[in-house]
Amino acid sequence: MAQDINKLLESLSPLEIKILPYLNLTIEEIKQKTQLDNTSVLRALKFLENKSILKVETAKKKIIELGINGIYYKKNHLPERKLLLLLEQSNHIQIEEAKKLSKLSDNEFKVSLGVLKSKALIEIKNEKVSLTAKKEELTKKTLEEKLIEALPLEFDSLQPEQLYAFQVLQKRKDIIQIEEKTIVSFKLTELGKQIAGREIKLDLIEELTPEIIKNWKKNKKFRSYDITSPVPAIYGGKKHFVSQAGEYARQIWRDLGFKEMTGPKVETSFWVFDALFTPQDHPAREMQDTFFIKNIPGSLPKDKALVKKVKEAHEKGLAGSKGWRYEWTEEEASKILLRTHTTAISARTLAKLDKKELPAKFFAIGRCFRNETVDWSHGFEFNQTEGIVVDKNANFRNLLGYLKEFFTKMGYEKILFRPSFFAYTEPSVEIAVWHPEKKVWLELGGAGIFRPEVVIPFFGEYIPVLAWGPGFDRSIMMNYNINDLRQVYSNDIEMLRKIKPWLK
Amino acid sequence: MAKIKFNRKEFEKEIKLTKEIEEKITLFGTSLESLTDEEIEVEILPNRPDLLSLQGFIKALKAFLGKETGFVKYKVNKPEKDYSIKIDPALKNIRPCTACAIVKGIDFNDAKIKVIIDLQEKLHATVGRNRKKLAIGIYPLEKINLPIRFEARTPKNIKFIPLEETRELDGMQILQRTSTGRTYAHLLENLDKFPVFVDAKNKILSMPPIINSDETGKITEQTKDVFVECSGFDFETLKKTLNIIVTTLADMGGQIYQMNLGKMATPDLTPEKMKISLENTNKLLGLDLKESDIQKLIPRMGCNYSDGKVEIPAWRTDVLHEVDIIEDIAIAYGYNNFIPEIPKVATTGAADIKEKYKTKIADLLAGLGLLEISSYHLIKPSEEEDKNLIEVVDSKTEYKFLRPSLLPSSLRTLAENKDNEYPQNLFEIGTVFSKNAEAETGIKETENLIISLTPGNFTQIKQILNYLTKNLEINYEIESSVHPNLIEGRTASIKINDNKVGYIGELHPQTLKEWNIKMPCSVLEISLEEIFKILEN
Repeated sequence: MAQDINKLLESLSPLEIKILPYLNLTIEEIKQKTQLDNTSVLRALKFLENKSILKVETAKKKIIELGINGIYYKKNHLPERKLLLLLEQSNHIQIEEAKKLSKLSDNEFKVSLGVLKSKALIEIKNEKVSLTAKKEELTKKTLEEKLIEALPLEFDSLQPEQLYAFQVLQKRKDIIQIEEKTIVSFKLTELGKQIAGREIKLDLIEELTPEIIKNWKKNKKFRSYDITSPVPAIYGGKKHFVSQAGEYARQIWRDLGFKEMTGPKVETSFWVFDALFTPQDHPAREMQDTFFIKNIPGSLPKDKALVKKVKEAHEKGLAGSKGWRYEWTEEEASKILLRTHTTAISARTLAKLDKKELPAKFFAIGRCFRNETVDWSHGFEFNQTEGIVVDKNANFRNLLGYLKEFFTKMGYEKILFRPSFFAYTEPSVEIAVWHPEKKVWLELGGAGIFRPEVVIPFFGEYIPVLAWGPGFDRSIMMNYNINDLRQVYSNDIEMLRKIKPWLK
Repeated sequence: MAKIKFNRKEFEKEIKLTKEIEEKITLFGTSLESLTDEEIEVEILPNRPDLLSLQGFIKALKAFLGKETGFVKYKVNKPEKDYSIKIDPALKNIRPCTACAIVKGIDFNDAKIKVIIDLQEKLHATVGRNRKKLAIGIYPLEKINLPIRFEARTPKNIKFIPLEETRELDGMQILQRTSTGRTYAHLLENLDKFPVFVDAKNKILSMPPIINSDETGKITEQTKDVFVECSGFDFETLKKTLNIIVTTLADMGGQIYQMNLGKMATPDLTPEKMKISLENTNKLLGLDLKESDIQKLIPRMGCNYSDGKVEIPAWRTDVLHEVDIIEDIAIAYGYNNFIPEIPKVATTGAADIKEKYKTKIADLLAGLGLLEISSYHLIKPSEEEDKNLIEVVDSKTEYKFLRPSLLPSSLRTLAENKDNEYPQNLFEIGTVFSKNAEAETGIKETENLIISLTPGNFTQIKQILNYLTKNLEINYEIESSVHPNLIEGRTASIKINDNKVGYIGELHPQTLKEWNIKMPCSVLEISLEEIFKILEN
């Protein structure tokens, strides 16, 4: 037990040690004895409470205090006392003269006359004021004066006489006021009673300094900290959560043997649409959905043979295909726009790829754009994860295999593949994942095998190219429990500081 | 993509809905969007306009479920006397093509009229590209005198009472004074002559793709026989779309009659034949199907198979190539029945070198306690004074310009976070855009880095520049300069290998005040391209 107490004493902070000798006193007395301010004393008490030495109690109480006039009168007598003192000097004087000599204000003078009359200490006759009180009555303090001296007092503790004086003074201007106050007090615990009043002269090390290290002596003791007490928050530097998620996804693709590809965000329609067998009258190419760029002309790729083949694929079809049967124009294909999907990067990669390098696998993660208004589920920018596998032996089951592997690693337990349609893939797939909390299938986006009309212009023959470009933001939102897409792009610093790191 | 609602009662007359059927509907590629006591809503993909009517959808779904596989063969009657259309060569650059038919003996009622009008609207919106590529007209035959002419006329010479109007209007007035006219006026913009269908008594039936005549262009419950036309630019599309309409009308009890269009007659429901290779199918799908399997699977998608050939019904618009049939086989096989498999092909994964360097730089900066932000690539007009900005067309938000630097978005972030705890030390790595006539797109994209310290001064931001460049083993020079947003005398250009790559300095109180930022802020922005070059060597 004694040991426990010693340990406890060693853990006291300087502030606690300072008030420990006076714990048998009241808070007001502690403040006087220690010369600590209110906050420090309260903090020390709180620390001691954490150590079960005492129990801090708070109570709301009505306190009667002096008002502005009250404070003044306490120092300089109440007006009626001033008048009495004057009359003691010069009795039987004219009212006007009494007023002048007393230096009281109109109001003070009027009140004073009323008070003294009601107490039968004076009388007024023929415009003259005279004392009627006996000598001992004059020296005795009035009930009001006694109350003023005794303040502050709790309302509940007032004696009947004090209560009378309180009611009288309350009618007068700003002499007293009632305040609702939180009164802090404390009670010692059994443990507290054992140690209260002790003066500790332990020679404990507070903060370790280079000096102490240099002059280190054995047997010196450290003050123990209250290791449970809260500390102020700090925030470190951090990468954006979208970057963290992107790095994780990149790692998955690299582990699966994919090379990273990149491409411009501003593209010609050729790479976004035409090279991907999207007809020039396709709704996706209309202004209302796509960000075209004003007044800047783009140009077609220098590879004229490629352009010719693409034109042919659209107009007449290639390798048994019927094509879209319309007049394909270079003008439409040269329009520039913000890429609507990362598949434009795949198209550029295929154009550069040498057949000798097959089989080849590529991935990209990148920002895409669409001309949309912004709400909780839409935005004009979004992230996609793109991938292609170029391999003469690649097949539909492989496509599903890569997708399943990726989304399993992204943390989805149930993945569903449904038929879908894209102008540039056949067969096409829609990927949906199960949201275990919302209990719905979430559509993440599309995949498929590039059509011969897409591939032949690049390679001169049909080589299956597995391709996918599902959105990435929904995965991020699901991981972080973000329900509003706008938060992903808002740069709310508090959120960025507090959001957990990507832990997959 | 189109979401279509069908009457559930009508639907269930043909196919009873169970949990299993609901799942099958999704596996058919027509995702079940919602289901109430009255309605069933499905999503029809744009390659299958033939599923846009209840009749078309039921036919296809019955085949998929194995109930009535293959496709229905409709009787197509030869043209009767005067069942013909004369096409004016002057339409060549206006609206050159039409495909027409007559369907007789339909008992129209409210429900049937609604089905056919819904179908017409959905076809306009999808394959019709909002009537630009194709527009459809359906007319009560009893009000019309055959034969019909499809001709080009000056707007002044077009006079009729348009549908739901009371007065006769001329061609131009129709575009100006009717709501449909105003909606689609752009489709006839800059044309001297407009297309019209005219009957044998010179009555105008319609002015496609805008509006029908009130007298001859409205089907009612009294209508028994109809004249159907599709007009537009691609005859193949018109024919297929006409086929979708006439077969739907035939499903309602109608008899299909051809019309002569000069050398040929429409509709033509002769199925198309296409070769299908079992080997290609198995190779592309990764399956081991036998001919007997595809013989069963193909009819489930509403086609017929015999002897290495597929017969495709004349209303399917989506089959361009063998791969389209292979997808049908995959859907019939069931996407849920494929076993996903990653092949054992050895390839080496690798990061893009610039992406790798960007990650390293971000790591260094995060290590210094900086917080990464990620902003839009578009900025608002008020956020940049430079007048030579790259603008997007008709943005639906206030973000209209491609960012020429990362400064506006950093300042926006600081302004939006002025009530959050300081210090706010931020960085961003992102693409900025500038005009460049030499680039394929006319625009040059560079990767930039911006760092801002708030509160922060010149010394502190320069310390970070030193730390970063030392770690990357890059030498830089600094040269006094001016920047519209920075305090003169506390501003410098950063040079690497004699190339100016960025600026560093303290933000001017005028700028801070304009952005409503209340704290001093120092900033640096550099293009990373030069650094990438050095690191790569």
